[in-house]
Amino acid sequence: MGKMQSAIAVRQLTKKYEEGATGTLALRGVDLDVHPGELLLLMGPSGSGKTTLLSIMGCILTATSGSVRVAGREVVGLSEKQLPALRLENIGFVFQGFNLFPTLSAGENVELMLDLKGISKARAKKRAQELLDQVGLGEKYDSFPADLSGGQKQRVAIARALAGDPGIILADEPTAALDSHTGRTVMEMMSELAHKRGRAVVIVTHDSRVLSYGDRIITIEDGAISDKNEADVIPPSLLSHQLVHAVPGLA
Amino acid sequence: MPPLARRNLFHDKVRLTVTLTGIVFSVVLIVVQLGLFLGFTTATSNLIDHSNADLWVTSKNVPYVEQGVPFSERKLNQVRAVPGVGDAQKLISRWTQWKRHDGGQDSVQIVGINVDDPMERPWNVVEGNVAALKFPDAVILDELYKQKLGVTSVGEVFEIGGHRARVVGFTRGIRSFTTSPYVFTTFKNAQDFANIPEDQTMFILVKLAPGANLEQVRHELLEHVKDVEVRTTSEFSRMTTFYWMFTTGAGVAVLIAAVLGLVVGFVVVAQTIYATTVDHIREFGTLKAMGAPNSYVYKVIMNQAAISAVIGHTLGMIVSVFVVHGSQKGGAAILMPPSMAAGMFFLTLLMCVGAALVSINKVTRIDPAMVFKG
Repeated sequence: MGKMQSAIAVRQLTKKYEEGATGTLALRGVDLDVHPGELLLLMGPSGSGKTTLLSIMGCILTATSGSVRVAGREVVGLSEKQLPALRLENIGFVFQGFNLFPTLSAGENVELMLDLKGISKARAKKRAQELLDQVGLGEKYDSFPADLSGGQKQRVAIARALAGDPGIILADEPTAALDSHTGRTVMEMMSELAHKRGRAVVIVTHDSRVLSYGDRIITIEDGAISDKNEADVIPPSLLSHQLVHAVPGLA
Repeated sequence: MPPLARRNLFHDKVRLTVTLTGIVFSVVLIVVQLGLFLGFTTATSNLIDHSNADLWVTSKNVPYVEQGVPFSERKLNQVRAVPGVGDAQKLISRWTQWKRHDGGQDSVQIVGINVDDPMERPWNVVEGNVAALKFPDAVILDELYKQKLGVTSVGEVFEIGGHRARVVGFTRGIRSFTTSPYVFTTFKNAQDFANIPEDQTMFILVKLAPGANLEQVRHELLEHVKDVEVRTTSEFSRMTTFYWMFTTGAGVAVLIAAVLGLVVGFVVVAQTIYATTVDHIREFGTLKAMGAPNSYVYKVIMNQAAISAVIGHTLGMIVSVFVVHGSQKGGAAILMPPSMAAGMFFLTLLMCVGAALVSINKVTRIDPAMVFKG
């Protein structure tokens, strides 16, 4: 089974928080690859280092040592000014609490991401409408987050994450605040992003209901990977996906 | 850019009200304190600034207008003989006692003028007229001091310095910095009211002839008229203001109050803008996580501050206009010239943006992991 270009490649990653006399080692020598078209579930108890790993892969936190390559670019050592541009270009975030801007409508929330990418207002409005249509909320363009259900908010958040057309989607407990039916809808959407649109999707979750959606499940304990259901190789489902995309006409 | 700044501000009406109240309070506080300072400053030199004279001839070592020392009237002719002098008139300004009908006495500042001369006439006459001062014992005073001096209407008779005085008119807004109101009368009456010998004056006001050089005339006056000092109107005005505002300490108190108004105003604005930013800290964290550069976040915060400044200033000015208008009928005038109103806009903007900079410091220190907490 051949190796392929990773969307995210983490090597010997450590993160130490300088708190107290000795500091806290949140990650200890983590190795991980996330491939395009793969949905990876990151699990583990509270305080295990999942969110720290997600933050570092999302270029929000800087690593203490090791290597993190995002879309082929080494991010360890990049300055704080370079990281936002890297996030904007390559990464979409989906948060447990949705993190929508309550004062903006659903459409404006998506437009905001497009504005960050420098897209004109008219084009951003059109694109935002398309994205909301894709997540089934086309008619909610002018609705404010307060008027949306939890599932609808999360779908708006997904539309917003997709607005920048990122190759990587990082989601933190995206189903935690949702009922099982809505959670399934959101996970199906995430699965589609990975498997049909070739995004590398990493989801931090405690929710055992979503396990069946993962191509791989990584468990972290005490800052280290304790269990992988697959080695760092391309899962068979991904291989077929990559093959379909690699060979024109095969699809 | 989606209207994030505007929406953040207007979304929470209670927060908006608190923010704007803080800014309006600050604007009004600063306007009142600075306006009081300006009002006091203006009042100290009112008489000089409205004299319409170019030069003031005084006795030696007269530090301010209330401290004039009588000198011989004959100097008037010497002054008139100096080349470049177009007009010269005698003036008396001196404290004396006003006796009310109830027997009580109040200090007043008698201003003795030449009624036929355009220099140093009562201004803003709202009842009666200046020419009426030609009637025997006639005086004009400001309506602000009617109650203080026990005057109710034109025609009433009182006693000044033991001499009969009849009120023939009222002015509006001629305040004295001291507690002694100005009482305008003829030069001759003033000599009687203030007990100044007949051949003495306290000041000589000089109007230059057309084309005459101020400094040259001053030099000539000093050369030809002995034992006097010659001040330009602006110079004498500054000296008088400086004396009252700083030598007496009265102005320092007002100035300190004005500075405190600025400081308190800034602190209130800083606190309210900071609180508004902190209220939205999670959203700013999300923006940063999404890949917004700091400059984008700063722009949103600055926009919020600028919108707050514009609205706060507008409302503050509306309130201030009422306060300033109301103060015109009181003993202490609050002045707000157009330049001050415009300056207040920039000051409000500066305060709001400065306060936003403080909150930006908070935003730059956002814990990135906060966006991953539910």
